[in-house]
Amino acid sequence: MNINRRQMLILLPAAAVAWKSVLAGTPEVSPNYHMTDHWWGMLIDIPKCIGCGNCVRACQTENDVPDGFFRTWVERYHVDDWEMKNPQDILVNPMTDPTVISPDGGKEGFPVATDTSGKYFFVPKMCNHCADSPCTQVCPVGATFVAPDGVVLVDQKYCLGCAYCVQACPYGCRYIHPEKHVADKCTLCYHRITKGLTTACCEACPTGARQLVDLKNPKDPIHEFMKTHSLQVLKPQMATGAKAFYNGLDGSVR
Amino acid sequence: MSVFKDAGHLFRFAGLFVLAFLIFLVVRHFVVPKTFGQYGHYRAAAIGEIAAHPVRFAGHDTCEACHSDEADKKSKGKHAHVNCEACHGAQAKHANADDPSTVKPVLPDTTILCARCHTASAAKPKDFPQVVPADHSNGMPCDTCHQPHSPAMDAATPDATAKAPDKTAKQARGAK
Repeated sequence: MNINRRQMLILLPAAAVAWKSVLAGTPEVSPNYHMTDHWWGMLIDIPKCIGCGNCVRACQTENDVPDGFFRTWVERYHVDDWEMKNPQDILVNPMTDPTVISPDGGKEGFPVATDTSGKYFFVPKMCNHCADSPCTQVCPVGATFVAPDGVVLVDQKYCLGCAYCVQACPYGCRYIHPEKHVADKCTLCYHRITKGLTTACCEACPTGARQLVDLKNPKDPIHEFMKTHSLQVLKPQMATGAKAFYNGLDGSVR
Repeated sequence: MSVFKDAGHLFRFAGLFVLAFLIFLVVRHFVVPKTFGQYGHYRAAAIGEIAAHPVRFAGHDTCEACHSDEADKKSKGKHAHVNCEACHGAQAKHANADDPSTVKPVLPDTTILCARCHTASAAKPKDFPQVVPADHSNGMPCDTCHQPHSPAMDAATPDATAKAPDKTAKQARGAK
């Protein structure tokens, strides 16, 4: 085959473009999704949570979460009435020592509470998708990262399963997958939010206690909500830049 | 030239270094994933791989595209803000089937389903409607009296087959 100079000048850039697309790997699944337009988080409205466990079951269905492991789970807190009878009672202050239960992550709900004293509330927990997340900083191989849209993800093909990140997460949101032997965690239903859907837990929540929020979207109701409510993040002293915002969070929650 | 007269061994050594560096570059080219470092110290292609996970919950917009009659009914009742799949479970298989009627969703058992949210417990928010199922309905399925899509007794017209609510159920509801 004879190729003259003119053909060569056309073929070379064409080959370069083709080679570039080969190198790019998996093509973008959602072509209309631009990572830089979003900064994802979650709003959890404690007074609305009824502890039904719908979110935990939905998450397991959506993400094939193995039994006994949780990407999201619900805890029930019971802070008893406190009557100080002597000075030593301050050591057993129920405010700093609440009773917390989470049977099977709250997947099948909670036992009926008959003790009407004190106060109860449910705290759904999940990955906080921290902006300065400790889990991504300890990864020795670069297998976990904060994506440009603020979602903390795990590259399971690259992960070694060393579990440094499991130890580093102050919220206990990661686990080693029992079959894949790599780190696994909430992806904020990345396969859903990139297609314009909400997360499985938000979709399944019957009371609207969980809301997916996009902090970069000026029309997101979170901005109005933040102006009118006092929101809190878990363990603010860790300075993780957590983006799971809790409304009505009690001081006893750890 | 006399400066380099006895420097041959240095050039050979420098050559070895250059060769080793070239080998390092070649090996690195094949070992490091192509998209590593595109956005940061990770493989950018992983983002697309994670986004490719199949969807199981179709989302209420998808449901309402076909089931607009049920959506209308629901929008007027107490359950207006409860999404379809909160009760009916993940239905993407049904919604994405070429012929959705071939993948028939299982109708939830209201005896279990309603109790998950509405069983009375001191732990639940006080303003959330809750009953003790045994006292309230005597083990009868909830949809004997309530229509799940519009559960309030006065708002819903019970099915012809449904029994009129007996007094105990009404009282229990009034007491709560």
